[in-house]
Amino acid sequence: MASTIATAAAVHAVPRSESGLWSWITTVDHKRIGALYGVTAFILFLVGGIEALVIRLQLAQPGNHFISPDVYNQMFTMHGTTMVFLAVMPLSASFFNFLVPLMIGARDVAFPRLNAFSYWVFLFGAIFLHVSFLHGGAPNVGWFGYANLTAKGFSPGSGVDFWAIGLQILGIASLAAAFNFIVTIINMRAPGMGFMRMPPFVWMTLVTSFLIILAFPVITVALVFLLFDRFTGTNFFVPAAGADPLLWQHLFWLFGHPEVYILILPAMGIISEVLPAFSRKPLFGYPVVVYSGIFIGFMGWGVWSHHMFAVGLGPLADSFFALTTMLIAIPTGVKIFNWLATIWGGKLRFTTAMHFALGFIALFTMGGLSGFMHASPPADLQQTDTYFVVAHIHYVLFGGALMGIFAGIYYWFPKMTGRLMNERLGKLHFWLMVTAMNVTFFPMHFVGLLGMPRRVYTYAPHMGFDWMNLTSTVGAFGIAVGLLVFMWNWWTSRRHGEPAGNDPWGGASLEWALPSPPPPWNFATIPVVRSIDPLWHRESRAAALAANEPSGPIHMPPSSHWPIVSALGATLLMSGMIFGWAIGIPGLVVTLAGIYAWAFEPCT
Amino acid sequence: MADTHAHEEQDAQAPEHAHPGAREYLAIATILTVITAVEVAAFYIPAMKSVLVPVLLTLSALKFSLVAMFYMHLKFDHRLFSWLFVTPMIVAALVIVALLKLFGHW
Amino acid sequence: MSVAVAVHAHAPGAHRTSTGLNSRKMLFWAFLGSECMFFGSLIATYLVYRGRDQVGPHPHEILNIPFTSVSAFVLLMSSLTMVLALAAVQRGDRRGSGIWLAATALLGMTFVGGQFYEFTHFVHEGLTLQTNLFGSTFYVLTGFHGTHVTVGVIWLWSLFAMAVRGKLPQSRALDVEIAGLYWHFVDVVWIAIFTLVYLIQ
Repeated sequence: MASTIATAAAVHAVPRSESGLWSWITTVDHKRIGALYGVTAFILFLVGGIEALVIRLQLAQPGNHFISPDVYNQMFTMHGTTMVFLAVMPLSASFFNFLVPLMIGARDVAFPRLNAFSYWVFLFGAIFLHVSFLHGGAPNVGWFGYANLTAKGFSPGSGVDFWAIGLQILGIASLAAAFNFIVTIINMRAPGMGFMRMPPFVWMTLVTSFLIILAFPVITVALVFLLFDRFTGTNFFVPAAGADPLLWQHLFWLFGHPEVYILILPAMGIISEVLPAFSRKPLFGYPVVVYSGIFIGFMGWGVWSHHMFAVGLGPLADSFFALTTMLIAIPTGVKIFNWLATIWGGKLRFTTAMHFALGFIALFTMGGLSGFMHASPPADLQQTDTYFVVAHIHYVLFGGALMGIFAGIYYWFPKMTGRLMNERLGKLHFWLMVTAMNVTFFPMHFVGLLGMPRRVYTYAPHMGFDWMNLTSTVGAFGIAVGLLVFMWNWWTSRRHGEPAGNDPWGGASLEWALPSPPPPWNFATIPVVRSIDPLWHRESRAAALAANEPSGPIHMPPSSHWPIVSALGATLLMSGMIFGWAIGIPGLVVTLAGIYAWAFEPCT
Repeated sequence: MADTHAHEEQDAQAPEHAHPGAREYLAIATILTVITAVEVAAFYIPAMKSVLVPVLLTLSALKFSLVAMFYMHLKFDHRLFSWLFVTPMIVAALVIVALLKLFGHW
Repeated sequence: MSVAVAVHAHAPGAHRTSTGLNSRKMLFWAFLGSECMFFGSLIATYLVYRGRDQVGPHPHEILNIPFTSVSAFVLLMSSLTMVLALAAVQRGDRRGSGIWLAATALLGMTFVGGQFYEFTHFVHEGLTLQTNLFGSTFYVLTGFHGTHVTVGVIWLWSLFAMAVRGKLPQSRALDVEIAGLYWHFVDVVWIAIFTLVYLIQ
């Protein structure tokens, strides 16, 4: 056996340099890529958070002049765009990357280099989008960039170009990652892991990936039209030529509604892992949770026009989309009841991760209830474009997606780093955040119902919501304090946290059978899966733990620098649309060279 | 589930035996050509005007399926590949129909 | 190290997978599914905007059915040559592989050439990207299709170069099969465009 270990290490050592900058640049290890995604997305999350604070400072009192109207427009546009595309999606991607291979018993994803490519494209796309701040101002048309405000005549600066091209670049990253995870999940499962034995998080990753590959082409096409209109003077959104700017709204929300499920389903998957672990009970109604997730994903395609009730689609369309929207409440409610039933009668342990998971249920349900209110077109007409909608999206995305992500961070941090996070600081973080979150967003319901429109840089005094706005601003800084506590906790626990051991929580899924952090090859032997919760059944537990015993040579994909080269080329190529041929042509050459070298590089 | 996969592997790793040969490919090409000719002819026949749209849609759907089933081997390959392709196609078709309806095209 | 790596290096895609299906092929089918939504959105836009033009030329004044029928036929036949190329590679027939790959690429180039001729002709007739909604939607839809064909042609010539140098043995038939899937997909998209844009006016 000693010799096999030696072989394994030898196979491993040569193609991979273990540390240093170059090893990170050329890495194809899904765990490292997950870490890169996580850190990058968290930094961008802070950037989006600072933009939110600037918005709240401006709105702290009526008639404020903290920033100009134009800067305000840039702030809310970049806040929305950043939080959706650069923070929550890649934070979810970070979990996909780190966890999916571990959970399904694989050594890496199906296409390790494509995985690295996704990350680098995401990083360059994010940088590209932020270059706009230095190049004539950031995008300022809202995160859904309604036509024809985005037309050259109404938005002459390059901000909209940066926005449209940036989203195209980020779309490449999301698509490549989604294809990769679909194939990984379908094709890389350990023997015995049938589809109905996959952890719920893996299921939600699969559904999310399908939503991405179907939804992103639609926004790609819409952005292509926008770019053609802006760069070549076509008529896609030009009413004078007979075009209907509503087409943009339809295409955008055809993408946009699946997109909100792309944001929330991974968090639901995380919750479905955390709650059973800290209730010492299997997930209640596992198949129903899975089918509900699939049904939500499918129904996500039939509700997009509920974002557009205010445009006047007519009674037939309004009724149809109201009905389908209300229908989605059923599988969502089913999931919530399943989570509650999972906790019911369990042996509960109130760890920080469990706090965040329970916080998710409470806050997401509140967001769901306000969402259900917009499902009714007459009610929606009163709520559209007011702070009521802002309250709703923050309850589902902050109270939902982010609470889920934090639950995941506290739950898997020991697996990622080998050390536990500080529970006392964690709970402080939780209570600060939940309190501040409600202080910030709960008043927005009333501000909205009292008629304050969103996306207007200021408001007149004595409308009855001065103090509510001030309350929201105070709350926003409370969230910032909570985040500082989290960052302190993260930073100190990385080095000085208590050693976690393999399985600090008594988790059920395969990743807890491995050392923390797992070795680069994850499983010395590919495990055989014999039950849905492998570590919770005596026989299947033995089979899972056997994965740490080497049984033959381990073959790992070599690292490669072609993903980052191709990603850089693709980004340069597309930024050539703004910066001209001098950037675009080299970008094209680098892209082609990268793709060819990649295709002929020995990889397996 | 896993045990059935073990059997499927055999077929999947050697798909060339299941694929049709040159004779079938030629036959499909002939059918495709004939259908195209019929389509273009239908376009020019005034009497067809009232049923032109359903006829053309049916014929092109037929062509589409023939290429997908025989040239892209969906008929012979694992069903999963058909699912991966046909599901998005149905979503796309529904989206087209819904948008036409929403923009008042009928 | 050398042993293990060497063993694997020459068997791309030979890993055991849970379904027994090849991962690259699966990824490619998922990609084609995604492409359905891409072209679906483009086609939907063309259809939604049909008949809303404020000025001509209108489709029925300018679309040349006989010419495009020939183009459509050319592309259909390229699908035939493509499957014959795949069959040749699977047989290990190096000469046949080269011939059929080249034939497919040439038919593809004929199609793209035809589209180039069509576009320049239309511009002469007064239809540009900017003229009206028909111009915008028509050129962008068919242009994206033409771009896909062009990418396919480059791909096919790359495979042809590999074939004539004997670097396309039976064991690499999957490379040709995947290129073929792409090529046939581009063909079926044209089947849809030909019917929806050209024949149903």
